[in-house]
Amino acid sequence: MTVKDIFETMEYGPAPESSAEALAWLADRGGIAGPYVNGKWGPLRDDMSIHNPATGERLAGMTKSTPEDVGAAVKAARKAQPAWAKLGGHGRARILYAIARLIQKHSRLLAVIETLDNGKPIRESRDIDVPLAARHFYFHAGLAQLLETEKPNHEPIGVCGQIIPWNFPLLMLAWKIAPALAAGNTVVLKPAEYTSLSAMVFAEICTQAGVPPGVVNIITGDGDTGAALVASDVDKIAFTGSTAVGRLIREATAGRHIALTLELGGKSPYIVFDDADLDSAVEGLVDAIWFNQGQVCCAGSRLLVQETIAEDFHARLRRRMDGLRIGDPLDKCIDVGAIVDPVQLKTITDLVDAHPEGDHHVAATPLPATGCFYPPTLITGLSPASPLMQTEIFGPVLVGTTFRTPAEAVELANNTRYGLAATVWSENINLALDIAPKLTAGVVWVNGTNMFDAAAPFGGVRESGFGREGGWVGLSAYLKPKTTGKTLKPIAPHSGSGGHDGLDRTAKLYIGGKQARPDGGYSREVYSPKGALLGHASLANRKDVRNAVEAAAAAKGWGKTTGHLRAQILYYIAENLSARAGEFANRIKDMTGKDGNKEVEASINTLFTYAAWADKYDGAAHGVPIRGVALAMREPVGIIGALCADDAPLAGLIGAMAPAIAMGNRTVLIGSEAYPLAATDLYQVLETSDVPAGVVNILTGSHAELAPTLAAHLNIDAVWSFSSTDLSETIEKASSGNLKRTWVNNGKSRDWTNPDADSFLPAATETKSIWIPYGE
Amino acid sequence: MHTQTPTKSDTAQLPQLHLPRNDGMELDMDWVARVQANTSAIERRAATLPGRRSVKKQFQAAWLCKAISCIDLTTLAGDDTAARVQRLCAKARQPVSPELLDALGMTGLTVGAVCVYHDMVETAVAALDGSGIPVAAVSTGFPAGLSPFHLRVQEIKESVAAGAKEIDIVISRRHVLSGNWQALYDEMRAFREACGEAHVKAILATGELGTLRNVARASLICMMAGADFIKTSTGKESVNATLPVTLTMIRAIRDFEARTGIKVGYKPAGGISKAKDAITYLAMMKDELGDRWLQPDLFRFGASSLLGDIERQLEHHVTGAYSAGWRHALA
Repeated sequence: MTVKDIFETMEYGPAPESSAEALAWLADRGGIAGPYVNGKWGPLRDDMSIHNPATGERLAGMTKSTPEDVGAAVKAARKAQPAWAKLGGHGRARILYAIARLIQKHSRLLAVIETLDNGKPIRESRDIDVPLAARHFYFHAGLAQLLETEKPNHEPIGVCGQIIPWNFPLLMLAWKIAPALAAGNTVVLKPAEYTSLSAMVFAEICTQAGVPPGVVNIITGDGDTGAALVASDVDKIAFTGSTAVGRLIREATAGRHIALTLELGGKSPYIVFDDADLDSAVEGLVDAIWFNQGQVCCAGSRLLVQETIAEDFHARLRRRMDGLRIGDPLDKCIDVGAIVDPVQLKTITDLVDAHPEGDHHVAATPLPATGCFYPPTLITGLSPASPLMQTEIFGPVLVGTTFRTPAEAVELANNTRYGLAATVWSENINLALDIAPKLTAGVVWVNGTNMFDAAAPFGGVRESGFGREGGWVGLSAYLKPKTTGKTLKPIAPHSGSGGHDGLDRTAKLYIGGKQARPDGGYSREVYSPKGALLGHASLANRKDVRNAVEAAAAAKGWGKTTGHLRAQILYYIAENLSARAGEFANRIKDMTGKDGNKEVEASINTLFTYAAWADKYDGAAHGVPIRGVALAMREPVGIIGALCADDAPLAGLIGAMAPAIAMGNRTVLIGSEAYPLAATDLYQVLETSDVPAGVVNILTGSHAELAPTLAAHLNIDAVWSFSSTDLSETIEKASSGNLKRTWVNNGKSRDWTNPDADSFLPAATETKSIWIPYGE
Repeated sequence: MHTQTPTKSDTAQLPQLHLPRNDGMELDMDWVARVQANTSAIERRAATLPGRRSVKKQFQAAWLCKAISCIDLTTLAGDDTAARVQRLCAKARQPVSPELLDALGMTGLTVGAVCVYHDMVETAVAALDGSGIPVAAVSTGFPAGLSPFHLRVQEIKESVAAGAKEIDIVISRRHVLSGNWQALYDEMRAFREACGEAHVKAILATGELGTLRNVARASLICMMAGADFIKTSTGKESVNATLPVTLTMIRAIRDFEARTGIKVGYKPAGGISKAKDAITYLAMMKDELGDRWLQPDLFRFGASSLLGDIERQLEHHVTGAYSAGWRHALA
C-alpha cells in the first residue's frame, strides 16, 4: 500500500516485534527445554514439542522429566536447603535483588519468548508480565531482608514443590519462587507443559544472580511429571491451576504432613451499577475478560449489570468489542492474541457451542486465517442456572445477566462455587464500599480490574483455593512455627462399672443454642480413672453434624457483628466460667485424675486473649503503586468445624472456640472424646453469656466417626483437628469436596495453656484485598 | 471519503459540508446530571493506549501526513504582525518540502486551517487565497472570555465578516464552576447564532474546569447548544490538551452522536508537539470514535510546533537518516 492509500484508509498496518533474538537464544541452547537441577542443565531430550500457538510452528523440544529426574531435583533441593536458610535474610535478599535486576536486564528476551510460547500479546508480556515478575522479586528481596526481625518465631518449611499454569508462565514462576526463596526454602518448580521456555531464561538468570546450586530447580514435563512431583519427598506443594487438578493434589497430599496452597479457578463477577462511568466500565471489561484472551483465573467473566442500564451498557460493550484487534501476538498493535493451544481452543469452542442459549455477540473483527484464535464473545440474557454462568470457560467469552438491587447483585455475585475475585463499578462510595466486603472473593477491585502487586495478597476462597500470594500473608505460606508439639498418644476413655451417685443428669448436644438429644438416641457412660460413673455423654452421628451446621449457617449475622460486641461476649463467657471455676476444675479432676484448676485458669486467659484480639486483629492498607489504596481486610472464614483436644477437655475446646468466634466465625465443635463432660458442662455457661444461637454448636462422640462427615460437609469452610486420634489424612482427603481449608495436628500435641494467637488468628481469618483507586 | 487533491482548491480541507451541521437541541439537564467520569479509569485507559497502538513504516508516514492535514496552524501572540501571519500562511500551503511530499506521493498536502486573532483574519484570508485553506479566528475575548458579552458576540460577527470560516470561541468557565448550566447553554447558543455559516469550535479551557466530570458536562452542554467542534484549550492555560481530557470529551461526542445522530468534531489544543503524540491522538480518535473522525472536518490539532517534528520524522521515513530541524522551512 502506498502512503497515499493508507492516508485514505487510515489502517494501522503491521507493527511486529522481532522474534529473531529469541529464536537465536533458543537455537544456541540446542532448541530443547529441559530440567535445570543443581545449577546444571539436563537431561535434554526431545520427548515433547513446544509450539507457537499463533502459527503452529515448533519452537523447541522438551524433556519429559521422569520420576527419577524429579527425585534427583528434590534431592538436590533437600541438600541445598540448610545452607540457603543459613545464608540469612540479608544474604538471600542480595540474591533476590540480583534476580529482579536481571529480569529487567533481559526484559525484552523474556517478553518475546513468553509471547512466542504462550500467544499473549507482546504488549502484555512487555508491559505487565515481565515488570510484575521483576517487582515480585524486588518486593521479596525486602521481605527476606526484614524476615528475621519481623518473624523471629518462624523458620522455612523446607523443600517446596511448585506447579504453575500456562497462562502467566513467568509471572506465576515469580509468584512461587520469590516468597519461597525469601523465606529460606528451596524449590522444585514445574512449568506448564505448553509454556516452559521463559523458565529456561529464568534458570540462566538464577545462575547469573549467584543462586547456589540446588536452591532453584526446574523440571519440565507434562501432568505425569507434575504428579511425580506431588508424590515426591517435598515439604510443601504450591499449585496454581485448575480446580479439578487442585482437588487431585489435595487428595494426593492428604496425611503426608505436607503444607499446601492452591490457587485455582474462578468465575469472577463484574458488577456494574447504574451510577457507574459506563464507558470506563466497558473499557474495564477489555482488561477483565479480553486480557490474555480471557485465560486468567481471576478474569471478570460473569457480567452483572443493573437492569436500568443494561441495554445501553451492552450496546456500548458490543461496539467496543468490535474495535478489538486480534492477531499476531508479536504485533504491538493488537489487543487479543492466540489461545495457548489447540486443546484449549477446542475446550472453549465446545463449551460455547454446547450452550446456544442467550444472545451471542461475536466481535465483528477479523480473525487470522490460521493459528489458535477465538473471537471475543459476549453472551447476555443468561440466568444464573445457565451452565455458562457457572462453568469457568477460560477463554475470551463473557457471560452475563442483570440485577435489580444492590442486594440482588451481591446474591448473584456470590451464587458460585468459586471465590477468587470480583469487580464493582459505581461512582457512589457508599455503595461500592458496602458491596466490596459482601462479595465472596479474595480480591475485590473497585472501579478497575485485574490490578496486581506484590504487596497486595492475592488468592481465593471456596473452590478457588486457599493461601495467599503477595505481602507478609503470602510469605507466611512458606514459613512454619519453630516449635513443634510432641507426638500425641490416643487417649482412650476410662472404663468402669459403678452406678450413679445422686440425681441422674443427662448431657445432650448443644445445637442452635438449645440442648438437643442425639439423633441416633445413643449415649455412653463416662467414668473416672478409678472407674466411678461420672455421667452419660451423647453420641452424635452425621445427622447431628448436619443439624449443627444448619444452625451455624443460620447464624450468619455473627460475621457482621462488631469486634467490640464479640469481645464483650467473650469476656462474659470468661466471667461466667470464672464464677463456676471450682466446679469445672473438679469435673476435670474427676475425668482426668489431674488437677483442673490450671486448665480452667488457662481457659479464662484464652477467652481474655481473644476478647482482646476481637477488635484488634486489624487489616492493612498496602502501599501499592497506584493512586489509591489496597485494603487488606480480615474476614471470618465462615463455619469452622473443630475436633477438639482430648487431653485438655476444657482448655482445648475454649482454645479452638475463642479465636474462631472472636474473628466472627461460627463453629461446630466436637468435644474431647475421652473426657466429654467439660464440653457439655459449658452449655450452661454459653447460655448465660449472650452467645447467639448457632454461633457455637457442641457435639460429643467419636472423633473418627464424625471427622469424615465434618470434612466432607460442603457448607463447612474449614476443619481443624486437635484430636489425639490422628485424623489428618481422613480430614485432608475428605476436604477436597469443597476444597475447605484444613488445619490438622498431624498427631502432634499442643500446649493449651498458650493461646497461640500467632497460629490461631490467621487460621480463623481470610485476607480480602480490596483495591480502591481514587482521584477526581 | 475523498479529501485532498492537489490541483483543486475547492475540494480542500475544511469544513467538509456534506455532514449535517449540529443544530443543537434543548438543554437536557437530566442527561447532564447523569454524566460520570471516573478519573482513575480514564487515566488508565489513556496511559495504556500508546502501548496498545503502534504504526510503522509507510503506515506511520501516512498517519503523520494525516496529522498534518488536521493541523490548525496557529499563531496567537501579542507580537503577531502581517508579515508573520503571511509566513505562517505560506507554511500552511506548503507544510512539508515539495521534494519530501513528492517522495511520499503526497504532493499538494496542506494543513487543515490557519488560526489567528481577529485582527489578522483579513491578512490570512488574503494570504491563503486560492488555497482552499480556511481561516479560523479565536474570538469572544480569547483567552479569558471576560470581556462584555455584547462585545464578544460582536467580535464573532466581525471575524466572520472579515472572512473567517471558523470561529474558536471560549466558554465562560465561571458558568461551569458555579454550576450555572443554563447560562453556559445560552451563551453557547448566542455564539453559535452569531457565527452564521461559519463553523464554531467551543473551547472549554479544560485546565480550568477542575474535574473531568465538569469537562464531560461542559462538552455535552456545548454540543446541545450547537457547537460544531469542542476544543480542549486556548493553549494559554497551565494545563492544555491531555489524553484523559481527550477521552472524556470524545466519549461525550460519542454519546451525543448515539442520541442525536449528529457528529461533532474534536480539537485538542496546546501541548501536542511530538509526532508520536499526534499518532496517539489519532489512534484514540480511531478506536473510540471510528475512522470517520480521522478527517479534518471532524478532527483538528491546535498546534504550532508539532509540524516541525512531523517534518523530521517524514524525512527520516524517506531517507532512512534522522533529520535536523534546520533542514525544514520555518513557519
